[in-house]
Amino acid sequence: MNIKINNNSYWANPSETILQVAEREGIKIPTLCYMADLVPTGACRICVVELSNGKLVPSCAYPVSDGMEIQTNSKKVRRARKSIIELLIANHPQDCLVCVRNGQCSLQDLAAEYGVRSYRYVGEKRSGKLDLASPAVERDPEKCILCGRCVRMCHEVQNVGAIDFVNRGFYSNVAPAMDRSLNTTACVYCGQCITVCPVGALREKSYLKQAWEAINDPEIHVVAQVAPAVRVAIGEEFGMAPGTISTGKIPAALRRIGVNEVFDTNFAADLTIWEEANELIERIQNGGKLPLFTSCSPGWIKYVEHFYPEVFENISTCKSPQGMQGAMIKSYYAKKVNIDPEKIFVLSIMPCTAKKFEAGRPELSVTHQAPDVDVVLSTREFARMIRIAGLDFTRMPEEGFDDPLGESTGAGAIFGASGGVMEAALRTAHFKITGKDMERIDFTPIRGLEGVKEANIKVGNAVLKVAAVSGLRNIDKFLEDVKNGTSDYHFIEVMACPGGCINGGGQPLPQTPEKIQKRMEAIYEVDRSLPKRCSHYNDSVKALYDNFLGKPGGKKAHELLHTHYMKRESI
Amino acid sequence: MNTFKEILSTKVPAENFVELIGGKYDASKEGVSTESISELKAVLSLEKADKPVILVGMGTCGLANGAQEVYDMFVEEIKKHDIDATLTKVGCVGFCAEEVIVDVKIPGFPRISYKRVTPDNVNTIIERTIVNKEPVIQKALGKYPFGDNSIWSDIPMLSEIPFFKLQEKLVLENCGVIDPEDIDQYLAKDGYKALSTVLNTKSPLEVIKDTKKSGLQGRGGGGFLTGRKWEFAYNEDNEQKYLICNADEGDPGAFMDRAVLEGDPHRLVEGMIIAAYAIGASKGYVYCRAEYPLAIERLEKTIAAAMEYGLLGDNILNSGFNFHLKIKKGAGAFVCGEETALIHSIEGQRGTPTPRPPFPAVSGLFGKPTIINNVETFSNVPTIFRKGPDWYSAIGTNTSKGTKVFALSGKVVNTGLVEVPMGTTIRDVIFTCGGGIADGKSFKAVQIGGPSGGALPEQFLDTEIDYENLQEVGAMMGSGGLVVMDETTCMVDLAKYFMQFITSESCGKCIPCREGTKRLLEILERITKSYREEESEIDSLMRFQGMLYLERLAEVIKDTSLCGLGQTAANPVISTLRYFRDEYDAHLYDRTCPAKACRQMLTYTINEENCIGCTLCAQKCPVNAISGERKEVHFIDQDLCTHCGQCELNCRFDAIIAE
Repeated sequence: MNIKINNNSYWANPSETILQVAEREGIKIPTLCYMADLVPTGACRICVVELSNGKLVPSCAYPVSDGMEIQTNSKKVRRARKSIIELLIANHPQDCLVCVRNGQCSLQDLAAEYGVRSYRYVGEKRSGKLDLASPAVERDPEKCILCGRCVRMCHEVQNVGAIDFVNRGFYSNVAPAMDRSLNTTACVYCGQCITVCPVGALREKSYLKQAWEAINDPEIHVVAQVAPAVRVAIGEEFGMAPGTISTGKIPAALRRIGVNEVFDTNFAADLTIWEEANELIERIQNGGKLPLFTSCSPGWIKYVEHFYPEVFENISTCKSPQGMQGAMIKSYYAKKVNIDPEKIFVLSIMPCTAKKFEAGRPELSVTHQAPDVDVVLSTREFARMIRIAGLDFTRMPEEGFDDPLGESTGAGAIFGASGGVMEAALRTAHFKITGKDMERIDFTPIRGLEGVKEANIKVGNAVLKVAAVSGLRNIDKFLEDVKNGTSDYHFIEVMACPGGCINGGGQPLPQTPEKIQKRMEAIYEVDRSLPKRCSHYNDSVKALYDNFLGKPGGKKAHELLHTHYMKRESI
Repeated sequence: MNTFKEILSTKVPAENFVELIGGKYDASKEGVSTESISELKAVLSLEKADKPVILVGMGTCGLANGAQEVYDMFVEEIKKHDIDATLTKVGCVGFCAEEVIVDVKIPGFPRISYKRVTPDNVNTIIERTIVNKEPVIQKALGKYPFGDNSIWSDIPMLSEIPFFKLQEKLVLENCGVIDPEDIDQYLAKDGYKALSTVLNTKSPLEVIKDTKKSGLQGRGGGGFLTGRKWEFAYNEDNEQKYLICNADEGDPGAFMDRAVLEGDPHRLVEGMIIAAYAIGASKGYVYCRAEYPLAIERLEKTIAAAMEYGLLGDNILNSGFNFHLKIKKGAGAFVCGEETALIHSIEGQRGTPTPRPPFPAVSGLFGKPTIINNVETFSNVPTIFRKGPDWYSAIGTNTSKGTKVFALSGKVVNTGLVEVPMGTTIRDVIFTCGGGIADGKSFKAVQIGGPSGGALPEQFLDTEIDYENLQEVGAMMGSGGLVVMDETTCMVDLAKYFMQFITSESCGKCIPCREGTKRLLEILERITKSYREEESEIDSLMRFQGMLYLERLAEVIKDTSLCGLGQTAANPVISTLRYFRDEYDAHLYDRTCPAKACRQMLTYTINEENCIGCTLCAQKCPVNAISGERKEVHFIDQDLCTHCGQCELNCRFDAIIAE
């Protein structure tokens, strides 16, 4: 069918909305509440367009029809949009200068685009209590514009439902049940709500202050670790093209900031594979609980602890790479350099907000005093740190990570994308079972941004049925099958965030599907470019076992690299 | 033989009983004579009485006026006089101003209605009317037709008194006339006859055709052609469809649906079954506000009775058609009268609207095709199928057919429910049915269509009421609230009242309604405030800034809001600005309220010539702002005065000046 937008004819598919056609044809219509893959709610009204009968309709929710004539820039449309922006501003704290989202705020952008130059409407403002209690995600209800994106993300994508609308009319708010704090809810701290918040109503809990204090303390030995997905995203914070790989610039920047040693979480990812592949093979060979679920994603782990404690035995006992790296730094490394672990400060740079919570788990402490990871900074916080330090990130030289926890293979790198942990584990499991590497190292069936990817893979005589799942709503049917004893999978990788860590709750904003795609491509580019692409070829890991841990799954490895889970209640 | 049910349960097959009552089914072989049926019918419909029957109006309006006490007194007095009489509770006949209304029917005499009955009158009514068979003239409202109407000739016919004479009762036909809890009385009034005809002789498509032909439009406000709406759902190919009755009547000053629910609930159920048959729905809900406990109670009994008679449930009247009806109580949100919000509420979700399309007829309750009509719409359906679509469409105007029930309230003499043909003028409704303005004041405006409607001034009194005409002059049919205002009503204050209502009832989902209506209200609050309450010059400037943007904001809210509530939320402001701009100007520039209703703006002073120093005002002043010696002229301290108006209210010497 044909429709007219601003007097130009366009072809349109009957199943499309006005907004979809406009976006496809490069006609910009502003949106606030719209979320590409979800049913539109039509709440914010900023995307209104004018039909030939003079009616304003929300383009995000309005289907096209043959011969439809649409104006996206009429006087009525401009006045409506500007008024909506003015109404939002009238009920918004005027504190842009001190807001975490200053410069990255949709409301700010819209006010600029539509030339808002005065406070046309003034009056009462909504109040709400600041929720700073959780270790990972903070809420500032007064900044909320009630677009509902976080609510939908939490319910419809992540299936957690920690927050929802409460109260009515002008006094509506988004809050956990009983207006309690997030830390008393089933919030898994995935931070996806932050990534969809158009304003500063949701943000990560910042630990920049603690990080700086440790760095500035001459008594403290600061050791950093950097997660795989950070290096393919941080460039965006400094105007570099999405998908730019900054592996070498990150250690360079950290050293200039004043960090003493820079280790790579990719090393710990390789280490994880040694343990997890071993665990998988043992379970298969000895008739252990299957399927085996991965345990790298702390959001996923908290989800299971709240909603599916029945499947604990199916979850890998391996700590996450961050957890393993923290444990190795405070045991193996501390011993090696002969520094009291109490004087070592582990600073994690993560694409994740849930890692902040994970670091605080009491069981993740090899010294049984301080946590193995002292502070977790998101990619965004790390970028702020670089700016404060006055570093031009784009001009950082390429430097390497430090030994003995700095070497990594391509298998460690791909942990950052959904399907990567699975692929890395299969590369090593195949080698361990058959004694040789897979014919094709690239295992493409489980790559990509789809929420559920499945494959059968021949390993020796056996065929393993595997799945890689991301976005928590997608995992429920697998868990139900496990609960009912009907699951025939061997190995399932789960990432809380859709697409995996590349789309983590701590990554640079705004996160668009195009950017996530680029980050993913970059992750596999890192893998391809490395000389070693399988964890079992990581010599530093081998040395770690030879000199310290013994063998994978052995007593010491178990003590330091494995963990347990606890049932969690929630309101 | 007492009830139809006894005949049915023993002898006559269920599918035939409606015909049997209608005289079309010969049951003599089952041992039921035609005479016994028509005898029962006559008794149940009170055309004939073998003993005195007393009917007490016990709708919510009657109860609020003390109907329970009156009823209890009748119980007592009947016992005391040792008379054999039947005492029945009926719904509201519509004349709320004259409640408690009690009807008495004695054998051989017309049924007579008494008005404003108190427990004190009960003894008189029994002695004079039941014992002595004469009317209590000073209490009589009117009488029902009986023979040549010559008996009790000094009592007017009920249908000829001003309140009723312009009315044409279709929907309210049985309200206040029959016992709403007695299905037999409804059957005796040809109830369920339409259903039987439909199930036996018409295909669903024919039902839809007839409904379209009748011209019936949705009475909930939108005025969409009911038959066409049904057709949308009929055309959807889906195993499960739903039918919902919207009984979430929430407009301030609207109570017509309550009257039907309380006074003639079987009519609604019958209409719903016919609609369900037309669209192919096997399940239905009545979404009724929990604030109508009596309506819910009666509806529950109605559904149970209809189930028992085989009129609801599986295989209705042996037609093979199944329809199950449930009541869902609304939790008190005005917005749940909006159909998508209502659907979410039934689903157990937060009651907020969603964009249309998709329309509920395509994807509604639980994603299934769903038709929602309101109580009055469904209640028209039995009449249409009893009397025929042509008969129905002959009533009304070219574009709007049938009758409309209005809830007449405010400053009129006769408040109550009036059902008039479409096309009746506003003047007739207010000045004939309503008896004009109360207390000798003069008419100023009438708010039509609840908070979403508009206030119309005198110049529109001769407008013939129909959907198009009202829209044209800036009001709307809405659900049919008619609130009459006299010279003491301030139109800015009125707009403010409705904005308060809207802001507290906005669901908060879309920005223009949530944020915009709040700002509209604040602008109105600013211009109706006293300068004394302003803290700085900024506040004074804000009054003007607000007025500059009032209209712009109102238009944006209208154009961009998500649902009907938001789209019409600004109507009170838009319509009062259109017709009463001078009142806004007086508030803004002169800081006065011409109607003297915005008390915050008034300055209360003592008229020294009239004040005799009685001290009453000083005693009544809650903040001790009035001082003065006994028998001396008093004085009001303006810094202390809170403009409560108590002094003016209490002064007997006209010595308080408020201006």
